[in-house]
Amino acid sequence: MTESKNGEATVVAMDADAIRKAIRRIAHEIIEQNPDLSKVVLAGIPTRGIEVSRRIAEHIEQVEGIRPQTGTVDVSMHRDDLALRNRLTAVESTHLPLDLEGLTVILVDDVLFTGRSCRAAMDAVASFGRPARIQLAALVDRGHRELPIRADYVGRNLPTELSEKIRVRFENLDGVPDSVTVVKP
Amino acid sequence: MTTKPTWTRKDLVGLDSLSAEEITLLLDTAKAFKGVGERNLKKVPALRGKTLVNFFVEPSTRTRTSFELAALRLSADVINVSATVSSLKKGETLKDTAKNFEALLADIIVIRHSSPGAAQFLAERLDASVINGGDGAHEHPTQGLLDVFTMRERFGGIEGLKVAIVGDILFSRVARSNVHALVKLGAEVTLVGPTTLVPKSLESLGVRVTHRLDDVLETTDVINLLRIQHERQRKEYFPSLGEYTALFGLTKARAARLRPDALIMHPGPINRGVEIDSDVADGSRSVILEQVTNGVAVRMAVLYFCAGGAGVQA
Repeated sequence: MTESKNGEATVVAMDADAIRKAIRRIAHEIIEQNPDLSKVVLAGIPTRGIEVSRRIAEHIEQVEGIRPQTGTVDVSMHRDDLALRNRLTAVESTHLPLDLEGLTVILVDDVLFTGRSCRAAMDAVASFGRPARIQLAALVDRGHRELPIRADYVGRNLPTELSEKIRVRFENLDGVPDSVTVVKP
Repeated sequence: MTTKPTWTRKDLVGLDSLSAEEITLLLDTAKAFKGVGERNLKKVPALRGKTLVNFFVEPSTRTRTSFELAALRLSADVINVSATVSSLKKGETLKDTAKNFEALLADIIVIRHSSPGAAQFLAERLDASVINGGDGAHEHPTQGLLDVFTMRERFGGIEGLKVAIVGDILFSRVARSNVHALVKLGAEVTLVGPTTLVPKSLESLGVRVTHRLDDVLETTDVINLLRIQHERQRKEYFPSLGEYTALFGLTKARAARLRPDALIMHPGPINRGVEIDSDVADGSRSVILEQVTNGVAVRMAVLYFCAGGAGVQA
């Protein structure tokens, strides 16, 4: 455990190498589960789910020579706890193929926690159409689900206390090395 | 790590009091909400269970319908009240009428009123979110936002953009809201019109004033034509509609001198043949109908921010 500048205690749960391996494993599982990759859409949940989905797509392309479609799903307008928030941030655009008929949409998030983002994302996808199936991939599953939701692809199961926070950083977005950190209260 | 810009206001009274960051936050989010209109299911649950009252003391179809559609797409419930059917006719004060809406547990009140400051008056007195749908000659913030949104969508940014606003600036809340937003975002704004309607003193807003439309035609990126408000004006501001058209109307000849990528805008309703030639209004550079589409997206963003969160005032 290390003490950071502002006095918070942090534990690094995954370093850059662990993240790379976890994403590679998710990519392989997706390939295994989806024989026809042309029918797969990886839909990232902002902000860092988008980056995770991009990296998964890159791996799949390296291995199979075909890059699955990617999209983004903004969940903020579909959340059920909007009224509990004091401050609202900008809503990102949702980009999905206009016709989802027959496709497998894989929702991709960095951290799976209560499951409420995932539920909201499923609603968002449903407003575009009716895909053949919706699956869920998460880089980290930290537990504490509040809804009957589980991930199909998990990078790392990371049991946490409810009071802890998980911080995901990506070099190309945040300017610091890739890491998943547990922040103690 | 930079922190994300956030919204903490309960009301939207005008653009004058917003920061450039807040305006950008609204415009960015409006872009996401525009996407909702293009889906199979044009509805999201963000404001489910909220009630919006459209309280229009002055007539309007466009703005009222646009707010109504925006609220419906966010799953809010909507009641429309116009001056003719409200008890204002029976002498009830504005405050009492509004208090009654609140007693009905309305969460959002959109008000259009002929008195400048009406929205501010209510915002200070009610717990509900108050959105200004136009107050006299003061501001029409959502129109200003949708105009800027349309320009930004087309040109990618506002910084350094040359925008001419033509017509009855003195009496125009649309012009005022446009100017506030455009100046904050770094556009070069020129106001054009007769001296009676565009006094030099407006330059204190950070804009240029000219009385010759022909001076700006070749250089401007955007020409925003305001409606000549016959109903508001007394005769002495300009001699006749014909003379206004001759000097300040966007005729076919004048439109031909505009840059090929210039945008022609108008907040509507159009007086065809007065401030704009009928064919020019329907031409390829005109984005008048796009403005209407964008209006719904912008209003969704405004409703989302003002009524979506816990409504804590900064």
